Amino acid sequence: MNTSQPRARWSDKLAQGCRSIRIAFLGLAALGLQYTKTSLLIAIALSFLVSLVADRINPYWLYISYDIAISIIMAVSLNLINGYTGQFSLGHAGFMAVGGYAAAMITNQFGHLNFFAADGIFAVALLAGGLAAAATGLLVGLPTLRLRGDYLAIVTLGFGEIIRVIFQNMNSVGGARGLSVAHGWTNFFWSFGLVAVTVYVVASLVNSTYGCGFIAVHDDEIAAEAMGINTTKYKVTAFVIGAFFAGIAGGLYAHAKQFLTPGGFGFMQSITFVVMVILGGMGNTIGVILAAILLTLLPEGLRYLAGIEHVPGIAQAFPLGWIGDTRMIIYSLLLIVLMLTRPQGLFRLRKRKT
Amino acid sequence: MDALLQLDKATIRFGGLTAVSELDLQIGRNELVGLIGPNGAGKTTAFNLITGVYAPTSGGIFFDGRSIAGSKPYRITARGIARTFQNIRLFPSLTVFDNVRAVFHLHLRGDVRQALWRGKGYHAEEKSIAGRVMTLLDIFQLGKFRDEPAKSLSYGDQRRLEIVRALAATPRLLLLDEPAAGMNSTEKVELTRLIRFIREQFQISILLVEHDMQLVMGICERIAVLDYGVKIAEGTPEEVRRNPKVIEAYLGD
Amino acid sequence: MTEFLQQLINGLAFGSILALIALGYTMVYGILRFINFAHGDVFMLGAFSGFYLAPKIAALLPLPSIAGGIAVLLASMAICAALGVVIERFAYRPLRHRPKLTMLITAIGVSLFLEYTGQFVFGAAPKSFPQILPVYPLARLGGLSLNSNQLIVFGVTLGLLLALRFIVLNTKIGTAMRAVSFNPEAAALMGVNTDIVISFTFALGSALAAAAGILWAVNYPAIDPLMGILPGLKAFVAAVLGGIGNLPGAALGGIIIGVTETLVSGYISSTYRDAIAFGVLILILLVKPSGLLGKKEIEKV
Repeated sequence: MNTSQPRARWSDKLAQGCRSIRIAFLGLAALGLQYTKTSLLIAIALSFLVSLVADRINPYWLYISYDIAISIIMAVSLNLINGYTGQFSLGHAGFMAVGGYAAAMITNQFGHLNFFAADGIFAVALLAGGLAAAATGLLVGLPTLRLRGDYLAIVTLGFGEIIRVIFQNMNSVGGARGLSVAHGWTNFFWSFGLVAVTVYVVASLVNSTYGCGFIAVHDDEIAAEAMGINTTKYKVTAFVIGAFFAGIAGGLYAHAKQFLTPGGFGFMQSITFVVMVILGGMGNTIGVILAAILLTLLPEGLRYLAGIEHVPGIAQAFPLGWIGDTRMIIYSLLLIVLMLTRPQGLFRLRKRKT
Repeated sequence: MDALLQLDKATIRFGGLTAVSELDLQIGRNELVGLIGPNGAGKTTAFNLITGVYAPTSGGIFFDGRSIAGSKPYRITARGIARTFQNIRLFPSLTVFDNVRAVFHLHLRGDVRQALWRGKGYHAEEKSIAGRVMTLLDIFQLGKFRDEPAKSLSYGDQRRLEIVRALAATPRLLLLDEPAAGMNSTEKVELTRLIRFIREQFQISILLVEHDMQLVMGICERIAVLDYGVKIAEGTPEEVRRNPKVIEAYLGD
Repeated sequence: MTEFLQQLINGLAFGSILALIALGYTMVYGILRFINFAHGDVFMLGAFSGFYLAPKIAALLPLPSIAGGIAVLLASMAICAALGVVIERFAYRPLRHRPKLTMLITAIGVSLFLEYTGQFVFGAAPKSFPQILPVYPLARLGGLSLNSNQLIVFGVTLGLLLALRFIVLNTKIGTAMRAVSFNPEAAALMGVNTDIVISFTFALGSALAAAAGILWAVNYPAIDPLMGILPGLKAFVAAVLGGIGNLPGAALGGIIIGVTETLVSGYISSTYRDAIAFGVLILILLVKPSGLLGKKEIEKV
């Protein structure tokens, strides 16, 4: 009797997890077929429908699904900068911080007003967060994007760190102690609806005649310039759009965790997103989405495996408790092994669709 | 001023080295001019001056009567000068079709917003662009490779694709930087025919920088000769061939 | 004035340590054109090697003592040199002809691996570093305090810099390093064994990082497995600031970052401490995109 109790809970959890992930995939698949406005609307409608039954999904998995959505938005928007346009940015978490703090300040200030429905204020806050991040992106991008390769990487990293330190010193947002976010408004509709919007925007950009310019800049800046492409403008455009969506993801993050600390937006965070882009196969939106899902689930999955210890039967056959202590070591080892064995990314398609 | 392109004592120095010195050069409408000279004579540098890769230290460069000296390369291309590169510089991760399509953003009426909104105007414009890209590719027998990655083409096809890509910018002046480099004699004959064809079909001027004397003598009506950054001769192929300075520059090597 | 001198001395000591780490970044970059992100963690391992070696060495030599201190320093340098070679051999060499980005991500993986393994093996809590050198208070001039440890930082740094200069300029392997850095293909064609040169470079850089780790631990005796992250980043910034790939540039960059950071946090605001290095970097790169002593690379068209 004692033995069946935990087992039931565990298989239940798994089944529910699978279900919510499958639903998320469905929306993505609809998008993957064709980047049209119709598929965008379908994906948004799907995330709305799921959010209606969200209270029947295990809260743990629901919470993870928000993490997944935020990772996808971050990785796909970074992919526009790093993958398609070939500008190596290492400061994406900085833009996320700007968006998160901006949105949180707005909802903390105005969230109790009943002028709009809560969703209305949330939408305004998310948009404002995105715009604040985009403005920061413009500010950072204009002077730095003439630098190349490693220099650009280290300067964007530097800007990310400076943004973090500035928040650490802003007492109005709690400084290093962090900022409580009053409203936990992030839900399935907002998170996956915005995933759909991000994917749509990035994919339709690079799949247009205008967007060939991004890849041209990536391939050969001198040739691109000689073909009439204003490379600086393209780079800044990619940077600003990328920063905008990072800001949106920051807003979602703020209203999912309901607590922001500057330390949560350090350069390790930025690196996690870069890893998603590279594992996904630079400049391959579907691959990057899959990598974002995988890398968000991996630490959770390892945490979960460590938990199986408590399931009788399994514990004797496979003692897995050590995974709990070493899961981050396993994570880093997997990263190294993946790079050594599949350096072109996990999901590199043979031929890129453009 | 009747010339399409006019270089007026254009000079560029790198540190102590004067790579191109007081170069005067005129190219008329629908004219085919050759620029030759021994290795290191400054041909490619002159080319890079015209296309805006370098700004002249002194002197003027005028296109269609307006100064382009010091303009950014992409602005110069938009004005109507397109080029190819000595060492082919296609966009390797784009397909043949997209290599040409990328240039069409010059002729786009809409911008980012149109690409995002994807309304009627967008689809109509993308369709017309696709048509024009295919027409261009078909003229040069590259249509069958439309979905191949550019880097998978043969050397000769890559050279041709680079020319097509330059033509997509609808230039009035086409600059070809050593198009015959690395070609065998059959391919060179082919290239000669191609250059003549482009000039007639598109009614544009062409400036040809070339190492291969025979090719240049064969098709250019006027040739300028550079040596150590200085123009030492200019005239018809016949005049240039007989010019003692030219003979000395080439034999003196 | 005394206050200023004091800050300057502290800044120079901090800068010297950064310079030692920065040299490793810049050497590897010069030869492989690749940012070895795990370098800061080698610095951490240098400090931990010292931590675990000190009791062993205390059995042979008296500690704290000059001889004992030097023994700990040299032993840690040797361990980290070996470690650097191993990391290069197994994590980076298989990727040498892949895009640099792949190598960068692998380096990040190695860095995470060293940090988390460090937390697992050494424990996450800070450890206090044993005293391996006798400390003599030196010149006490009206509030100015300078102790022998700071002097040792300057001495060891200077000694290592001179040794490095000698190796790079006057030895056969140093000439080979410069040749590979200038043109790896040509060097290989001229009979230089690039594998050995690259291994040697990693050994050299890692040994310097280990020395920096020991010096750091002697001056700020709390060590933990994540201690390499920030000094590593700042040292990397120092290398870029000086012009990455340029050895005197790295040393200069380290000193500039160390002094600026100490002075600014002493006089203006200490809470912005960690942003200062990056602020300086951005300002300088905007004026001189290739760094202070870096050569401008002109792309041939």
